[in-house]
Amino acid sequence: MSTLPADNLVKKLKAKDFATDQDVRWCPGCGDYSILKQVQSVLAELELNKDDTVFISGIGCSSRFPYYMETYGMHSIHGRAPAVVAGLKLANPELDVWMITGDGDGFSIGGNHMIHALRRNLDINMLLFNNEIYGLTKGQYSPTSEVGKKTKSSPLGSLDHPINPLALAMGADATFVARSMDRDPKHLKEMLKRSYFHKGTALLEIYQNCNIFNDGAFFIFTEKKNRPDTTIYLEHEQPLIFGGGTKGIRLDGFKPQIVDLNEGKYTVADLWIHDEQDQMKGQMLTRFFDDPRTNPAALPRPFGVIYSTERPTYDDMLFAQLDEAVNQFGDGDLDAMIAGGTTWEIK
Amino acid sequence: MSTIAQTTEEVTIKFAGDSGDGMQLTGTLFTNDTALTGSDLATFPDFPAEIRAPQGTLAGVSGFQLHFGSKKIFTPGDEVDVLVAMNAAALKANLGSIKRAGTIIASTDGFDKKNLRLAKYADGAKPTEDAKDQGFTVYEMPVTKLTRTCLKESPLGMKEKDRCKNMFVLGFLYWRYNRDLQSTIDYLNRKFKKKPDVLEANMKTLKAGYHYGETTETFTTTYNIEPAPMEKGTYRSVMGNQALVMGLVTASKKSKLPLFYGSYPITPASDILHGLASYKHFGIKTFQAEDEIAAVCATVGAAYGGNLAITGTSGPGVALKGEGIGLGLMLELPMVIVNVQRGGPSTGLPTKTEQSDLLQAFYGRNGDSPLPIIATKSPSDCFDAAYEACRMTLQHMTPVILLSDGYIANGAEPWKFPKAADIPAIEVNFVPPTDDDEAKFMPYERDEKHVRGWAIPGTKGLAHRVGGLEKEANTGNVSYDPANHEYMTKIRQAKVDEIANHIPEQAIDNGPTRGNVLVLGWGSTYGVIQSVVDALLMEGHSIAHAHLRYLNPFPRNLGKLLRSFDKVILPEINNGQLAKIIRDKYEIPVLQYNKIQGVPISKAELKHFVGSVCETY
Repeated sequence: MSTLPADNLVKKLKAKDFATDQDVRWCPGCGDYSILKQVQSVLAELELNKDDTVFISGIGCSSRFPYYMETYGMHSIHGRAPAVVAGLKLANPELDVWMITGDGDGFSIGGNHMIHALRRNLDINMLLFNNEIYGLTKGQYSPTSEVGKKTKSSPLGSLDHPINPLALAMGADATFVARSMDRDPKHLKEMLKRSYFHKGTALLEIYQNCNIFNDGAFFIFTEKKNRPDTTIYLEHEQPLIFGGGTKGIRLDGFKPQIVDLNEGKYTVADLWIHDEQDQMKGQMLTRFFDDPRTNPAALPRPFGVIYSTERPTYDDMLFAQLDEAVNQFGDGDLDAMIAGGTTWEIK
Repeated sequence: MSTIAQTTEEVTIKFAGDSGDGMQLTGTLFTNDTALTGSDLATFPDFPAEIRAPQGTLAGVSGFQLHFGSKKIFTPGDEVDVLVAMNAAALKANLGSIKRAGTIIASTDGFDKKNLRLAKYADGAKPTEDAKDQGFTVYEMPVTKLTRTCLKESPLGMKEKDRCKNMFVLGFLYWRYNRDLQSTIDYLNRKFKKKPDVLEANMKTLKAGYHYGETTETFTTTYNIEPAPMEKGTYRSVMGNQALVMGLVTASKKSKLPLFYGSYPITPASDILHGLASYKHFGIKTFQAEDEIAAVCATVGAAYGGNLAITGTSGPGVALKGEGIGLGLMLELPMVIVNVQRGGPSTGLPTKTEQSDLLQAFYGRNGDSPLPIIATKSPSDCFDAAYEACRMTLQHMTPVILLSDGYIANGAEPWKFPKAADIPAIEVNFVPPTDDDEAKFMPYERDEKHVRGWAIPGTKGLAHRVGGLEKEANTGNVSYDPANHEYMTKIRQAKVDEIANHIPEQAIDNGPTRGNVLVLGWGSTYGVIQSVVDALLMEGHSIAHAHLRYLNPFPRNLGKLLRSFDKVILPEINNGQLAKIIRDKYEIPVLQYNKIQGVPISKAELKHFVGSVCETY
């Protein structure tokens, strides 16, 4: 989003001013609490106006989010938030619209809308709470769950190959694709701000722990002790370094390769330099998707802005078209429309 | 040579040919010209679901029926006086609907061996000769040959030349009905402005057809139809979907709200999307969504954002939209759902008409979920019905279902159209902004009509949350309280019921206010019921016609009105849907007349049925 913070606010809002009087009903220990807190504090830091901010969600644990934001909000129906958001943004393009979804809501029941929302590129922010499980319906496997996952609906293990949400987003020509996690508040806040300032549809995937039905699903990436070796924090125009500065990624032709920077064979100068605007490389980064628990040679999981580009937004284009139509045909005249081409008199 | 000009009261013509023969266009152009002469008229386009069904086959026959005359015309006519058959299949498919001793104009090039075989005639069959033997007057014209001859000099290719042959037929009919060619010449000039060769070829063929009538001695009679006795005023010809589009645009201007139309293409509703997309200079936002569900949900979003939000579809689309409509109902937002009904269930009969989505409109959602339903009765009436649906939704804060059907959508009739200045404004009151941070806004507080306020995002001081979960009364907070749910269910019903106090009482459309027989109707059966009741009244029967615009809630006097007659007959193009609801609501017996063949009810069959009931008195 590119709207500048309102400068005429009487009093500066604090994070707690964005909290509602409703009891938050997520399970104690849920990763959603951290996300809620970071969103509230980011809104305050950005000095956003609660009257011009709207949170729209679908159905699922994450989709309760709007009830806890002291802004305008709608808890809509399962999977359809992208469509509701489109209508709202086209009704009033001045609004800051945030969409909250989960892995089931956004990529299973709402998968079709997700694809079309991403290619359409309205100026909105999408936060995808990915916990790789169905929480609200009490623990069935989700479209992002790994093959073989044992749940109530898959006692012998799930057969479904998981969706890679960000690879799918790149395939749908998304203009902003990023990843963060509930357990790194600082990074999450930074990514929320980046999403906000992106003009176009920003998809931010947030790894979120469901401590009831899928506890620790992402600990291999999110626990501080694991992070250095299993994750890579992307920064624009910086080399791909991880392992506490000991390891990096270089490109061997089109093949990403992990190199040891201490061995002496490769230096930082040999590494892949991250370019947020490079779509090809962005696609490759979303393919850093192997699970280090099952594949010790897995490439580290990227966090940060994977891809970001500017493309005219659907809302801008639609309103430009309305203006153009008026330029071309003049302001619509009801009488002329009703009479149409040919009329006759009965006397 | 001498030609006799004969004056006649009414004529029904059907243009029939391959779906690629341009019959719909020919019919439409002839209709527009007919309207200009002051005739009253009604049309019925009848085309296959396939865009180009296999050439020459029965499945590929496309028809356009026009009934016009110097008297009031209510229906497109049961049987045709004149059939224009561009090929053997067109004749075979329509032979049964030609009046006794009627006329057939056959394009002989469409009756060669190949065409006869494709139309599944037996080897050596001579259908035009057989038709003569059956007493029909058959004019055989080698239309393709004549078209090619007259376009000998044209630089167009053979295929393009052949595409002009419908103009030959049209020209000939203009001669036969004593018309001039001006309206069609104007049309061609507009249409082919940038293609001078095509323009010239069409003009030439049109004139050739006209002169063919004039100079060929076979044709001795032309027909005059005097103007119909119509109300004074300015008229145009209008199709149902066209009028519906204009009604929506008018409501947008009159409510000073931008119109948002979320839709996914579906027969026979797509022309609403096309029509609205051409009115962008009225600020109309059209959104071709990725599917029916996205279309309705985007409409909910636009309604939440403060636009006049409309979605349009047909029955299968409404099935998909059910949950989204329920969301709009729960959020108590204004939006109109247009259903241009077609034959069902499932994909059903996409290009055929039916009134079989009434129960879906009433009951097709989960939960106790009442919605107002209104129906349009004729092509020009779509304008008023669309405007009324918008007025109702904006003033009662509930989604409103507007029912049309394929017959109305594609049918045309003369329309004495209104002046924009005479159409009342629609008052809209958003909840005003407030500076008072402490006063908590109550999104589900209601007025005396049980209507909640429309508080749109962007309004200062009204930030609040809504959603599909049950609300607590007044606060709108999520509530699982048992008593509250019962209260909210009842209040949602009461809100819809209350609308009965804000719509007109049901009037009798024709006939006395009490008597033996009442024919009750809704939707596109209007024309046929009018003509049948008119005829039976002339015969001296005690009969009346009442046609429902408002189906939910019903007009508050409806029960009393129904009980003022001994018998109530309810004709419907379905298996008895309104009859079921009327019986349930008023506990009175209803005589059903149902036709479920994808076509309108004919005057003859309905008159036979209603007449036989009248005869029992």
